[in-house]
Amino acid sequence: MTALLRVESASVRYVLRGRGLFAPVRHLQALQDVSIEIPEDGRLGVVGESGSGKSTLARLVLGLVRADAGRVYWQGRAIAYDEPEAMRGLRRELQVVFQDPFGSLDPRMTAGEAVGEALQALAGPVPSVAAQDRIVAALAEVGLGAAFANRYPHQLSGGQCQRVAIARATVTRPRLLVCDEAVSALDVSVQAQIVNLLHELSERHSMSLLFISHNLAVVRHLCDHVAVLQRGRLVEQGNRDAIFATPQSQYTRDLLAAVPRLPAKRQGT
Amino acid sequence: MTVPMTTTTTPANLLEVRDLGVRFATAQGTVQAVEDVSIAMRAGECLAIVGESGSGKSQLLLACLGLLAANGTARGSVRFGGVELLGADERTLNAVRGTGIALLPQDPLSSLTPHLRIETLLTEGLLDRGLATRAQARQRALRALGEVGIDDPEARLRQYSHELSGGMRQRVALATALMCEPRLLFADEPTTALDVSVQARVLELLAGVRDRGLGVLIITHDLGVVAGLADRVAVMYAGRIVETATTAELFRAPCHPYTAALLAAVPRLDDGAQSRLPGIAGDPPQPTMRFPGCAFAPRCEFALDECSAQRPELRTVGVSGSAAAGTVACYRPLHAAAAGEAAP
Repeated sequence: MTALLRVESASVRYVLRGRGLFAPVRHLQALQDVSIEIPEDGRLGVVGESGSGKSTLARLVLGLVRADAGRVYWQGRAIAYDEPEAMRGLRRELQVVFQDPFGSLDPRMTAGEAVGEALQALAGPVPSVAAQDRIVAALAEVGLGAAFANRYPHQLSGGQCQRVAIARATVTRPRLLVCDEAVSALDVSVQAQIVNLLHELSERHSMSLLFISHNLAVVRHLCDHVAVLQRGRLVEQGNRDAIFATPQSQYTRDLLAAVPRLPAKRQGT
Repeated sequence: MTVPMTTTTTPANLLEVRDLGVRFATAQGTVQAVEDVSIAMRAGECLAIVGESGSGKSQLLLACLGLLAANGTARGSVRFGGVELLGADERTLNAVRGTGIALLPQDPLSSLTPHLRIETLLTEGLLDRGLATRAQARQRALRALGEVGIDDPEARLRQYSHELSGGMRQRVALATALMCEPRLLFADEPTTALDVSVQARVLELLAGVRDRGLGVLIITHDLGVVAGLADRVAVMYAGRIVETATTAELFRAPCHPYTAALLAAVPRLDDGAQSRLPGIAGDPPQPTMRFPGCAFAPRCEFALDECSAQRPELRTVGVSGSAAAGTVACYRPLHAAAAGEAAP
C-alpha cells in the first residue's frame, strides 16, 4: 500500500552568514538523510531535543524549506513544491498548526473570519451562505459554539485560540495535519483537551497527523508511530509500543530516562 | 547582612508570607492576581508552588522581592529572616535581594545581560556590594561554574551568554544566583524552556542546592518537576492556594478536585491508556474575573450550589501538627475521611 506521505533520504542545510564581508560561509546540516513514512490514517510523532531537526522536517514537508537532497512523496508522487498550481491543490490536503496560539492568528480577524479566509483561499469562492455553514461547522467541530465566530483572538484563551487555529487548518478536511509543537505552549489541563481533540478529528475524518513534539508522553498518548531525531539524523523509528517499551538506540533510552516521573498512579477516588 | 529588628516570627522559618494580596490597576479595572496567600519555609526545604498560567504564582515571587510592576500593589506580610519586606525601603530590599534571596528566572537568555562577559555577570553582585576583591570574586566565579558542572570555567568566563547553549545558560544563571551565598533561592519555572535531558541536570543541581541547606521555592506548572524535587507543595488556582500537602501525600491522595484533575491530566509514560486524556473542561479563569465562591467550581465535576455561593476556607487535613498534615479549601474534599480532622 502506498504511504500518504513519504520523505525519502532528505537532507536540508542552512547557510550561516559569517560576520564580515569575507568571512567564510558556514553551513548547518539541519537534516541528514532522513526517511519517514506516514500511512493513510496514521499518526506519526517526531520527537527530539531542540536542534534535532524536527521542525525542519515539518517545514520541509510543508514546502517552507527546500531539500538539498532527497524527495517528498504524496501518495506515491513526488511533490512539486515549485509549481504553484500543483501546490494549491495540495494545500487543501496538507495543513498545519503551529505552537503559538496567539501568534498564528491575525489579531484583526475574528475567529469566523480567520476560518473563512482559509476556506476561501483553499476551496476557492464559496457562496456566502454555504461558507457560513462550513465556518460554523468547523468551529463546532473543535468545540467552539457559534458565538465564538465573532470574537477576536485577544478575547480568547490560549486553548480557544489553538482550537480556532485547528478549525482553520481542518475546514477543508485535509488528509494530513502537521502539528509543530501544537500543544507545547498550553497549560496541562488545556493541553489534554487539545490532544483529545486532535485524536478525535484524526479518527473521525481519517486525517493523518505529523505531530512534532519534544514531549514524549504526549506523543505516546496521541501517535501510533514514532520517529526519533538527533542532530538532524533519524535515530530510530517504529510503532509506538516498540519505541516506548523496547527502545533500540541509546539516545532514545536516554531521552525516556530523562523525563521526570510522577509517582505511580494512585488507586481509586 | 540583615538589618537588626525585633521579631515575633518563629525563628525556624526562613520565609513567612501571611495573607499576601497582590493587585494591579489596569485599563480593564483592578486585577487581583494573588489573594490571601500564606506560606512558611524553613532552611534546607524545597517548597513547590504549582499552578497554571494566570494562577498568580510568579507575581507571588515578585511581590516578595519588591519587584512588582509599577501598577501593582501588595498587602499582607512577607518576612525573611525576621525582616518585613513588604513596604520596606530600597536599602532594606537591596540588602536581601541576591544576598538573602536570589532569583533564578525562567528564561536564561533574557536574564543574562547580552553585552557582558560571563565573568562580569557572575562577579558584579559581589563587587557592587564590596563583598570581595576582583581576584576573590574571580576565584569564586570559577568555583561556582565548577559546582554547576561547567567544563573549562576559565574559558567560559571570557564568553558571552549568546555563545552558550540553553542548558549552559541556565547553569550560568544558577551559578550567578548562588554567587552571593543566599539563604533562599526563588526558581521561577527554571526548567520550562529546556530539553528533557538538560532539565534533568538542572533539577539535580537544584536538589544539590537544597541539600546544602538553602531554602528553595520553586514555581512550576510541571508536576513531574515537583515529584522529583519538592518536600511540600502548594497548589494555586486563580490567585489562591487551594491545597497544601507534603509531596508524597499530594500524589498519594490529592484532596482538592482541581489537584486531582490536574494530576490526571498529565500525559504519562507509565500508564496503559492511549487515546483519551482526562482533561479539565473549560479554561483557567481570566485574572479579571472575580468569584464569590470557589473559582474552580465552574470546572469542577463535584461542585455543589454552595461552592459558587461562598468561598470555602483553607482547613487542615490529616493529623494537624504532624509532618504529613496539609490544608485544602473545598467543601467536598476527596478522601473525605482524612479531611474530617479539624484544625485545633
